[in-house]
Amino acid sequence: MYDIERIRADFPILTTEVYPGVPLVYLDSAASSQKPLVVLEAMDDYYRHTHANVHRGVHRLSELATTAYEGARVQVAEFIHAPAPEEVIFVGNATEGFNLVAYSWGRANLRPGDEILLTEMEHHANLVPWQILAAERGITLRYLPFRDDGTLALERLDEFLTERTRLFSFTAVSNVFGTINPVRQLVDAAHAVGALAMVDAAQSVPHMPTDVVGFDCDFLAFSSHKMCGPTGIGVLYGRRELLAAMPPFLGGGDMIRRVTFDGFIPNELPWKFEAGTPRIAEAIGLGAAVTYLSGLGLEAIHQHEQSITAYALEALSEIPGLRLLGPPGTQHGGLASFTLEGVHPHDIADILDKSGIAIRAGHHCAMPLHHRLGISASARASFYVHTIPAEIDHLVAGLHRVREVFRL
Amino acid sequence: MDAGMYREQIIDLYEHPLNYGHLEQPDFTYEEDNPLCGDVIRIDVRLDEQQRVAEVLWSGDGCAISQAAASLLTEEIKGQTLAEVKAFSSERLLELVGVPLSMARVKCALLSLKVLKAGAYGIPDPSDMRHHE
Repeated sequence: MYDIERIRADFPILTTEVYPGVPLVYLDSAASSQKPLVVLEAMDDYYRHTHANVHRGVHRLSELATTAYEGARVQVAEFIHAPAPEEVIFVGNATEGFNLVAYSWGRANLRPGDEILLTEMEHHANLVPWQILAAERGITLRYLPFRDDGTLALERLDEFLTERTRLFSFTAVSNVFGTINPVRQLVDAAHAVGALAMVDAAQSVPHMPTDVVGFDCDFLAFSSHKMCGPTGIGVLYGRRELLAAMPPFLGGGDMIRRVTFDGFIPNELPWKFEAGTPRIAEAIGLGAAVTYLSGLGLEAIHQHEQSITAYALEALSEIPGLRLLGPPGTQHGGLASFTLEGVHPHDIADILDKSGIAIRAGHHCAMPLHHRLGISASARASFYVHTIPAEIDHLVAGLHRVREVFRL
Repeated sequence: MDAGMYREQIIDLYEHPLNYGHLEQPDFTYEEDNPLCGDVIRIDVRLDEQQRVAEVLWSGDGCAISQAAASLLTEEIKGQTLAEVKAFSSERLLELVGVPLSMARVKCALLSLKVLKAGAYGIPDPSDMRHHE
């Protein structure tokens, strides 16, 4: 059973007062999630007792650190059902995962005239690396549109996927609309024209089961800090044969097998893509986060968020002048984005903050999406494993106060 | 809870901005946005023979703080010399806004001043010794 009170007790920050006498109501997990005690303790324990550099020392601590670091890789691989741990590359965040594929695979494989298909609902992380590559390589970027309800125009896939498409890179869950996209269907459509498929899983891996084999995707990227893990680390999953054929991304220590004054021979997977001393404590923290989430059960987390989201969408829709973005119903991940007639989102967020309510206001790193909607910004409340209906009630009461301040 | 930064004057100015619009033939005009929140402000200024602000209008879109600050700023610089406009301090504008602002919101409040100065520095001013272009 999903014991919400026990789960809330796992997160020390939830008892914080953000101003004197004002407790935190944290509704910004989609930007970055809070951390359960087990994650903090795992990292603390590592730094206190077993820290050393990995992969090269012969001493005891180095061996322990290496075992813990590589153990985290195995945990993550199992978490996303990757066939082999060497298909899990530790990177800085999902953004770096996209950059790695753009620079390494893209430069080695793309020629002028080739096309990359993205969607109109992508985060800047899945736009800008391809825009840099497009300018450098003379390739064309195309964007699959979204419909007015914030779902992808799937009926137009055939028009946008052509024999020139080399890669289709799309988000599994929109960070603005909350739309849960049909990943397998999109991957299959890409493969049908001979293109590769890359999934931005930053907003899906923390919230629902992930199975890269079930998705049949070629690459998938996500960030640790949105899934109870620390900042500074993320994951790029890639199919082994693709990763093996790709040139290194960043050069330096750990990614080499041999270096001479004339050149170098790269290391094997996955280290080929992990230059320099890696994010050891962060990987261990991520491993602990994965264990924590698995303990709750990803299906249970998803069910919990579905019911909180339904509650929130219902309550928010009753506020006069409030316009919800994104699809209704069950194809909606754990967030609610909205605008409030007559009030700028920054003013909304600022007034809510005075009541301890943390939401996001702005373009959420999706400026083209907002441009397409004809708005400069929106407000977003996002939910996670610990969100309770009482917090949604606080949000709704806060939004009524916003309307009062603005004399609406 | 305290929403004190949204004192009455700020909301009044948000609803009924001062000096709002475009000038037909400004001596300088400048527009800039704050990409963080999408606020955008344009300021048009006409100077008289003594290089004083004869007319100033602003236009734009954004949060209550940035919009109210633009009204307060344009009201304040009427009759000021170009040199005074260039020397207009951030502290003075925050004083005019008159409410405590978090770090993120200070940028909103100062957007109009940034726009004004970028415009003002774009035109030559013989009395301004620091101007070397």
